[in-house]
Amino acid sequence: MLKVPVNAQDHTLGSLHAPRVLVEYGDYQCPSCGEAYPIIKELIAKHQHNLLFVFRNFPLQESHPEAMPAALAAEAAARQSKFWEMHDIIYENQADLTIQHIMNFAEEIGLDMEQFRADWKSQELLNRIEKDYEGGLRSGVNGTPCFFINGHRFDQFDGSLESLESAIAM
Amino acid sequence: MILEKNTPAPEFDLFSTPDQRLKLSDFKGQRVILAFYPADWSPVCSDELSLFNESLKLFTEHKAVLLGISVDSKWSHMAFAQSRKLHFPLLADFEPKGLVSKQYGVYNEEEGESRRALFLIDEHGIIQWSYLSPDGINPGADGILEALESLDQSKNQ
Repeated sequence: MLKVPVNAQDHTLGSLHAPRVLVEYGDYQCPSCGEAYPIIKELIAKHQHNLLFVFRNFPLQESHPEAMPAALAAEAAARQSKFWEMHDIIYENQADLTIQHIMNFAEEIGLDMEQFRADWKSQELLNRIEKDYEGGLRSGVNGTPCFFINGHRFDQFDGSLESLESAIAM
Repeated sequence: MILEKNTPAPEFDLFSTPDQRLKLSDFKGQRVILAFYPADWSPVCSDELSLFNESLKLFTEHKAVLLGISVDSKWSHMAFAQSRKLHFPLLADFEPKGLVSKQYGVYNEEEGESRRALFLIDEHGIIQWSYLSPDGINPGADGILEALESLDQSKNQ
């Protein structure tokens, strides 16, 4: 079960009143999350009226040293209301998440670079990501991507759109 | 049978590095999370230990130390810990093979490996929580965190 209910601090896509809520705990450098990314995009596009999608951070930093800087970049972009732009560009270029590339992404999506540079190193954002991680752990997340549908753990994702669609079917 | 709550945790004295041994009694006054796992290098174990590795800060907040334990040798443990950048000790239940795993009731005779099991041992050396996970499944850390929290609560009462 999801221990931290979806709340106003979450990054969401779709209708807040949607009957189905899909929460993903993800790591920006995790290859399986990268493979799930376009599938989730497609799912959201097809079911935008009855689905709310939430992304929470679950960076495994020792295995994926670029996951935390990338998560910080997305949270920093959120301060300029461009969380999803950064989230998307990171997953679309997942193979190369060096600092220089992330700077380029920030420019590409049109962030105020001075503010971005400051926010990227913010302790507050780091705390937020760690809180996401802790909430995930408490909810039983043991790897990424990990999905919850309406608060219930969904372990049957097999990499296909169909598996997610059947899970959110009414 | 896996040792259960309220059982005194059997003492052990095992290599944690090629030239260092650790005893359970070294940790008296601290909480110990003992994570038995089948083998260094196998995919599920690595995921489980990597997850715990990332969660050390939370365990520390509850005054608990984490010890991994398998029948692999101290040399295998050393290479494995370096490769996975693990920041907690791995104990070698290597000679006599599986002795400690057997004492805790989590030895798999057929495979000659430890089962995947978790124990939370309190400050006085008493098992407060134990969990046997299916070998192929990463148990996650939620059970450990809940057990630590309920220990905190019973202490505050």
